[in-house]
Amino acid sequence: MARMLKFNIFRYNPQDPNSVPHMQAYTIDETESMTLFIVLNRLREEQDPSLQFDFSCRAGICGACGMVINGRPGLACHTKTKDLPEEITLMPLPIFKLMGDLSVDTGTWFRAMYKKIESWCHTKKVFDPAAQEERMDNAVAEAIYELDRCVECGCCVAACGTALMREDFLGATTLNRVARFMLDPRDERTEKEYFDIIGTDEGIFGCMGLLACQDVCPKYLPLQDVLGKLRKKMAFAAVNNILPSFLRKDIKL
Amino acid sequence: MNIIQTDLLCVGAGLAGERVAIEAADNGFSVICLSIVPARRSHSSAAQGGMQAALGNSAMGEGDSPDVHFADTVKGSDWGCDQEVARLFVDAAPVAMRQMAFWGVPWNRVVPGEQTYYKGGKPFTAFEKPENEGLIHSRNFGGTAKWRTCYTSDGTGHCVLYTLDNRAAQMGVSVVDKVEAIALIHDGAVCMGAIARCLKTGELTAYLARATLVATGGFGRIYRESTNAVICDGGGLITALDTGVVPLGNMEAVQFHPTGIVPTDILVTEGCRGDGGTLLDKNEYRFMPDYEPEKAELASRDVVSRRMTEHMRKGLGVPSPYGDHLWLDIRHLGEHHIRTKLREVDEICQSFLGVDPVHQLIPVRPTQHYSMAGVRTNSDGAAYGLKGLFSAGEAACWDMHGFNRLGGTSLAETVVAGMHVGGTVVEFLSGTETTFKTECMRDAYRKQEDRIKALIHGSNGRENVYGVRNAMFDTIMKGAGIFRNGTDLQESVDKLTEILARARKVGLKSNGLGANQELSLALKIEGQVKLAQCVCFAALNRTESRGAHTREDFPERNDRDWLNRTLATWAKPDDVVPTLNYEPATKVFEIPPGERGYGGGKIIPLEPAPEATPKNKKA
Repeated sequence: MARMLKFNIFRYNPQDPNSVPHMQAYTIDETESMTLFIVLNRLREEQDPSLQFDFSCRAGICGACGMVINGRPGLACHTKTKDLPEEITLMPLPIFKLMGDLSVDTGTWFRAMYKKIESWCHTKKVFDPAAQEERMDNAVAEAIYELDRCVECGCCVAACGTALMREDFLGATTLNRVARFMLDPRDERTEKEYFDIIGTDEGIFGCMGLLACQDVCPKYLPLQDVLGKLRKKMAFAAVNNILPSFLRKDIKL
Repeated sequence: MNIIQTDLLCVGAGLAGERVAIEAADNGFSVICLSIVPARRSHSSAAQGGMQAALGNSAMGEGDSPDVHFADTVKGSDWGCDQEVARLFVDAAPVAMRQMAFWGVPWNRVVPGEQTYYKGGKPFTAFEKPENEGLIHSRNFGGTAKWRTCYTSDGTGHCVLYTLDNRAAQMGVSVVDKVEAIALIHDGAVCMGAIARCLKTGELTAYLARATLVATGGFGRIYRESTNAVICDGGGLITALDTGVVPLGNMEAVQFHPTGIVPTDILVTEGCRGDGGTLLDKNEYRFMPDYEPEKAELASRDVVSRRMTEHMRKGLGVPSPYGDHLWLDIRHLGEHHIRTKLREVDEICQSFLGVDPVHQLIPVRPTQHYSMAGVRTNSDGAAYGLKGLFSAGEAACWDMHGFNRLGGTSLAETVVAGMHVGGTVVEFLSGTETTFKTECMRDAYRKQEDRIKALIHGSNGRENVYGVRNAMFDTIMKGAGIFRNGTDLQESVDKLTEILARARKVGLKSNGLGANQELSLALKIEGQVKLAQCVCFAALNRTESRGAHTREDFPERNDRDWLNRTLATWAKPDDVVPTLNYEPATKVFEIPPGERGYGGGKIIPLEPAPEATPKNKKA
C-alpha cells in the first residue's frame, strides 16, 4: 500500500527581504524505489518551484546533496524513502553558509581548506614529458585511493561536535586529506611540516573522539582509524621534536 | 554593474576547463574558472572506468602503440572523426597520463607475476612482467585491440579531477563556483568574455576576457533518461549557439551507453564488461556472442546498444514497471574483485537498487550517455566563427570521436585536449591583444537583465517551464533515440517547432529572487529546445547510418555522400530550425574508410577511394 509521506522542510531565502526562516510542510505519494532526489524534484516541479536544493551526479559520487535528514547528515540522492518513517524532516547542513532552503555553500569552505593544508603533492622535481612514469607499489596506490575517495560532501563536518563549537576546526575531511598526502611517496613534506599544519587544537588535537564523522560518512571512509593514527603520529612528532635523534620514533600511518 | 577582467575565462571547471586553466596559469596569465557547482562536483568526477593511453605496460596491453590506438579510435568513430585530431590525441595521451601520475593520481599499477583476469565471463591467467612492476596498469574496454585503459579502481574521474583541482589551487587559479555563464559577449567576429549569473545571489557580472573557453561538458539532460549529472544541461553550447555565428558539430551524434541501471539511469561502468561481465536476457541467456561473435559484449557502445535494443524488440527483454531491460552479470568476477576494483558499481547497486552484484543480476538498458557533438573547433581548440573563443572536452567537437566514442576516451580527451588546447591558448594570449568594446558588453548585460525581468513578470507569457521541458523530453526521445527514421524525426522536428514557441512564452511561478532555480532553468529552456531541434533536424537530414546515428530507413553507411560533418548554426534568433552546413569529416586519411570489424552493416564506398596520407601529415 503506497504511503503518503509528510515532509517538513526548512525554508529561508536570504536574498528575499520578505523571507523569514521557517518550516514548511509538504505531502507527496510514495512510489517504488523512491529517493529524496525524486521527492525534492517532484516537489519543485509539481508543488513549489521556489524550493532550493542542490544535486549534481544524483548517484552518490559528487557529494553535492548533503543535508540533514531526520536529524542525521547524509546524501539525499541515495537516501531511499522506504528506509524512512512517514514523516521526514529536512534541514540544511549546519556550519556551511546557507544559500537558501536546503542549499549551502560548501565550495568556499573547501577551497579555503585546500589553501590551509596546501592540498597538493609537494615536490621539488619537475615533470619530464619524455620520461617513463615513476614506479609505485600497487598496494600503496590502493591505500591512497582508499582515502582519496572522500567526496567533500561536508557531512562529517556537519556532524562534528568540535566543528560546531569552534569555527576554525579542520574537520575529519581535512585531516583525512592530510593523511592521504602523508601516505603518498610523491609528497616530499616532512613530519615536521605536517605537524605545523595539523599538530594543533584546530587540527588533530581538537578532535574529541566522538566519531560521528565515521558514522555519517556516505563513502564509508575509515575515519576512526585515520584520526586515531594521525593523533598517535602527531603526538610522537611532538615528542620527537624535543628528543635527541637516537630516541626518535617513526609512526607509520 | 559588476565587471571583472582576466586573460582567460574558462566556463566550466571540470577536467578540460581546469587543465586549460592550469596551462595558462603556469605561463603567467590570469585565469578565472566559472563553475555552476563546486569544481569537484563536475561531471568529470562521475567517470568511473578510466582513460585510454597506449602505455603498453600490462600483459594484455603488450605491443600497444599510438598507431594501434589510432586505428581503434578511427574505426570506433566509424570514420567520422578528424584523423589529424585523432593522431594528436593518441600521441599525446601517454604523456598526459604520466603527468597526471606526477601530479598525484593514484593509478593502479602493474603487479608482477601470474594474474587472473576475465574475458567473456571466463577466467584466464596472464603473466605480468617483473620489469614492469609499479608502472601504470591498464584494463580492457570496448572496441580496442589491446588492454589500454588506465584506471584508479572505478573512481578514475574522481581521482583525476581531485588531483587537477589540487594543482589548480596550487597554481592560484581562481575557481569561482555557483556562477553560470548565460551569454557570450561578442561583436559577431570577436569573443570578449561572458555575462554570468551568480547562483548564490542571482546577481549578474560581466567577465571580460581575451580568451574564453567553453568547457561545460555534454548536453545529456535534454533527454529525460540520461546517465549524465543534472548539471549537464547544454548551458555552454547554448551560449555558443546563441551567437548565431558559432556552429555546433555533428549534433545528431549522441551516444547511448549499454549499461544504465533501471530505474534511475545511473551508469555502471564499461569496466564491468571490460573485466569480464556479460549481458543476459530474460532467460538468463548470454546473447551478445550470437550477434558479435568476435567482440561480444566488448564491441563499441553504439553496436552493443543497438544489439541490446534489437534483442529486446524480439521480446527477450526482462519486463519491469519501468519498461523492458536486460541483465548485467558480474557475479563470476567474485566478491574480492567486485568490492575492490568495482567498488562504485557495488555501492550504486546496493544504494540505488538494493541489489548485491556479488550474488544478483543488475538490471540495465541502453541510456543516453555522451555527446560526440559540441562546439566545433579546429585542431587547436579554437571555435569556428568567433576569434578568442575556444572549447575543449565533451562540450567541444574537436572531433576525435566522430559518430561514436570509445569507452575510456572522453576522460582521456579532457586532459589530453586540455593540455593541447592549453598550449594553443597560451600562444594566442602571448600574441594577441583584444579591444574590449564596452557597448557589446553593455548590450549583452542589458539583454540578460531584460530576459530575467520578462521571466519574473511573465511579460512573454506564463508557460510552465517544467511542462515545456517535459514536452521536449518526450519529443527528442521519440525521434532521436537509438533507432531513428524519417517519419518520426519529421514529427519531432514539427513538434519541437511548437515547443520552441512555448519555450519563448515561459514565465515564472515563483518570485525569481536570489539563487532561484526555476529561473536558472527558465533562462536556458529556449536554448535547450534549440539544441534538441539541432539534434533532430541534423538527424533527419543525415540519410545514412554511421556510428551512433542509426537510420532504419537508411541502414548503409554512405561514404559516397555522407563522409562529412554537420555544422549547425542558429542564424537568426527567431528561426525555428538551425541552418545546416557540411564540411569533410577529415582532410587527411591515414586510414581510408573501411570495415570496422564489428557491427555489420553495408557500406556505400567513396569513389574514387581516397589514398592513405602518410602518418602525421598535416592537412
